[in-house]
Parts: sequence; C-alpha cells; structure tokens
Amino acid sequence: MYNERVVEHFSNPRNVGELPDADAIGENGSFKCGDTMKIYLKIKDDRIVDVRFLTFGCGAAIASSSMLTEMVKGKTLDEAMEITNQDVADELGGLPPLKLHCSNLAADALHNAIENYRKGKGKIETA
Amino acid sequence: MSKRNIYMDHSATTPVREEVVEAMLPFYRELYGNPSSVHALGRTVRRAVEEAREKTALALGAEPTEIYFTAGGTESNNITLRGAAKKRGKPGHIITSSIEHHAVLDVCSELAAEGHRVTFLPVDHYGRVNVNQLQAAITPDTFMFSIMAANNEIGTLQPLAEIGEVAREHQILFHTDAVQLVGQLPIDLKSLNVDFLSLSAHKFNGPKGIGALYMRKGAKVTPLYCGGGQERKLRPGTENVPGIVGLSLALELAVAEIEEKRKRLEALRTKMIKGLLAISETILNGHPEERLPNNVNVSFKHIEGEAILLGLDLEGIAASSGSACSSGSLDPSHVLSAIGLDHPTAHGSIRFSLGRGNTKEDVDYLLQVVPRVVDKLRRISPTYHA
Repeated sequence: MYNERVVEHFSNPRNVGELPDADAIGENGSFKCGDTMKIYLKIKDDRIVDVRFLTFGCGAAIASSSMLTEMVKGKTLDEAMEITNQDVADELGGLPPLKLHCSNLAADALHNAIENYRKGKGKIETA
Repeated sequence: MSKRNIYMDHSATTPVREEVVEAMLPFYRELYGNPSSVHALGRTVRRAVEEAREKTALALGAEPTEIYFTAGGTESNNITLRGAAKKRGKPGHIITSSIEHHAVLDVCSELAAEGHRVTFLPVDHYGRVNVNQLQAAITPDTFMFSIMAANNEIGTLQPLAEIGEVAREHQILFHTDAVQLVGQLPIDLKSLNVDFLSLSAHKFNGPKGIGALYMRKGAKVTPLYCGGGQERKLRPGTENVPGIVGLSLALELAVAEIEEKRKRLEALRTKMIKGLLAISETILNGHPEERLPNNVNVSFKHIEGEAILLGLDLEGIAASSGSACSSGSLDPSHVLSAIGLDHPTAHGSIRFSLGRGNTKEDVDYLLQVVPRVVDKLRRISPTYHA
C-alpha cells in the first residue's frame, strides 16, 4: 500500500528529535485519528537553517514528517509557507487516498511554526 | 539473529492445510457434478456434501440436520439475526454486546433502524459481558441474544453456558458468533443452550468463502434469499462443494488435535505476553486467562499501531492492529474503546494471533524484534520521554 519512497522515509526518518535552541516550534494534530506532529525550526535571516521533528502517527505520518524536513531546509519563510500537504505527498511519490486527509499533516505543522515565529511566540527561552 | 518470516495474524485468516487442499481438488476436477442432479455424478457429489455435514455436526456435538453451509461467518450472522427478525414480523428487542464483530453489530444497527430495539451490553475492562446485566436488560419482547463466543481482537471468552441458561429460562433465542472459537477450543452443542452458532472455515485452516450455521432443531428463521431448495431453503444456491468438503475436513482435523494445539499455543502465548510486558509502558488487553489460546493483544504507549505494523512487517512479522489508521476509519477499534482504553492507547494496540505453524523459534525472534521496533518509534514520538 505504501511505495518504496514512503517506506524508506519511514525506515530511516531524517531530522528526528528536538532542537534545544529552536527559534520556532509548531504543532499540528488530528484529534480524531490521534496523529500529532511537532516541528522545531532554527531560523536565520528569514531562512530555515535547521529543522527537527517528533511525530505520533502511522507510517504515512512519519514519512511525510521526514520528507517535509528535507524539503524546507534552506528555504525562506515565505517559500516554506507555500509548501502544501499535497506537495509533501507528491514528493513522496503519492500516498494512499485514505492517508491524504488524516496522516498528511506536516505542512500544517510547519505553517503553524512559522506563524508562531512571526507572532513572536515561537521563541523558547534559552537558559 | 537472521531475519525470519513469521505469520502471526491467524485471527485474520489461516493457511489452508495441505490435506484439505488435496481433499478439495477432486471436486474441482472429476467430481464437478451438481449435488442436486439426478445422475450418478450428481449423486456422488451429494453424498460428499452429506458426509461433510455429518463430519461437521460430529465435531460440534450437533445433528447433521442442524448444520447449514453458508458463505462464511458474516452470512451465518445475517441469516440468523435478520432471519429471526423477519420471522418475528413485528418490532422486538435484541440484546447483543458492544464488542461484537461488525458482522453482528452492523446487522443489529440496521435492525434498530428498521424499528427493533437493540441493547448493546457494555463489557468489563477484560471484555466480558456481565450475566446479571444481561438478565436485567431483558424485556417482555426480547426475542434474541447475540453474544460472541470469543472476541476477535482481544480473545476474551464469554460465559456461553451461563448466557445459555438465562436464554432458556426466558425462552429467548441465543445466537453466538463462534468464528474465533471453533477449532481453537472444544465446543459441545449438546451441553450448551445455544440455538444458533456461526463459524467460518478459513479461521481453522480451511478455505475462504465457506462457513456454516448451526441452527438447533426447532429454532426457526425466515430465509433471506429465495431461488432454490438448497440447504433446506435457508441458503439457496448451488452448493460450494469443494468448500464444504474442505470445511468439514479442516474442522475434523482441528478438533482431533485441539487439546495438543491448545497446550502448545498457550505455552507460546504465555511466553509472548511475559516477554512483551517487559517492554516499558506496555499493557495487555483482554483477560489474562479467559482468552483464546492463540491471542496476544498489547498496547505500546506513545506510538501508533499502523506504524508498529509497518515496522514489524519490514522485519518479516505479520500482525494486525486496532488503530484507526489500520482499520480504514478514523476511530480506533470499538472493542478497545469498550474495554476503556483511551484513544492514544487504543491506537497503539497490536494483535498477534498464533496458529498451527508457529514455533518457539518464532516467538524468540518476535521477542527480539518487537522491543527494537517499539524503541525506534518511541524515539520519534512527541509524548515519549525515556
């Protein structure tokens, strides 16, 4: 049901974890099916220089989280805001139809992080 | 440890035994006759069908005239519940449990939409129906109990004998969906007050698409289909002869080795449960003892079932999950919700179901792989803190 690319990202997810000095944190979840993604961004001159994620969810949720983190590195915030969930699914070579609406949440989490950053809420205190 | 391929999804379906395949083949080849035909070929095939009926009856402690071949568990459930409602002819009350298979639940919901009243009994946190609650739910128009023999997800066994006594006392029909029980544990319909029992061949190393309904002598339902006289008009249509032959042999063989298999699988099951519960924040779903010998169902907190299944599959292990993502809906399993699991815990549930082919080496391999898969996913989880 999943293509090889999805399975590969699921098996070897990129950029897993937290960023202790993140400039922005975003979150998105589907209350119903339970999938949750947390994304951490390091931003320099309006450009994403580093990214990490943590995800609770199915294979598609983990693979799309991983794929998104690869897609956003080096992008400006404006460019990152343009990325859609569909773009992530396309980059993965497609997801099963049922997964498109429930597990494909990564771009929304990213947008949430950028919005938080722009609102100035995303900064976490560095001790 | 080198990679193995392990099938631990026998509650979904089982491989057909070689002897069963061999016994079926002549009925696709030279013995292709229609059992309803007058000629010699037809008569030979008719004899095979009736012998299969006798074998099936013998394995269950029933009379041959009480066995009706159907397309499987779902059809047997529909014939019983819808047929009994049709026979009644006016709205009435059905008592079932909240953890039935959808092949019972959905039929009951439809009957409710058609004007019947249905009580979906709650279960305790092991998944057992309370017989006192069942008794208290009875009203003067209650005409049917439908309580499964063993749950397909968590393996919990229901007190069939006690439920049967209540049914008899109140002259209420009692149907049990025994799809998961038959072939796993002995059943003797002479000593149980069950009026209808559904079974499916592919759960006990028989072929798919064939099942049976036991209907006690004297119990009556209105047939759902018309079109022929087969299966005494209860299930018209030319008989699935190879399937019927396969079902009866698979059942005969399963029953012959039932005690040996039970002991062997129970030992493997106990070892698996112990090994899996050694993983932190892991819980057993279902009853510790009153469960099918082949069922292990656990929840790994902080991670999602479909991801676990995928991780296990990449290591060669086939299992199943009650998570929303693996069920094709957005809700976690109704069974896990009914036993009181919160959504995240229900989403992290995995069912391993053992079968004839599983060995101690399979369990050893599984207990090596599962902790690794769980740990890897927990490292990605936003809620897990090691």
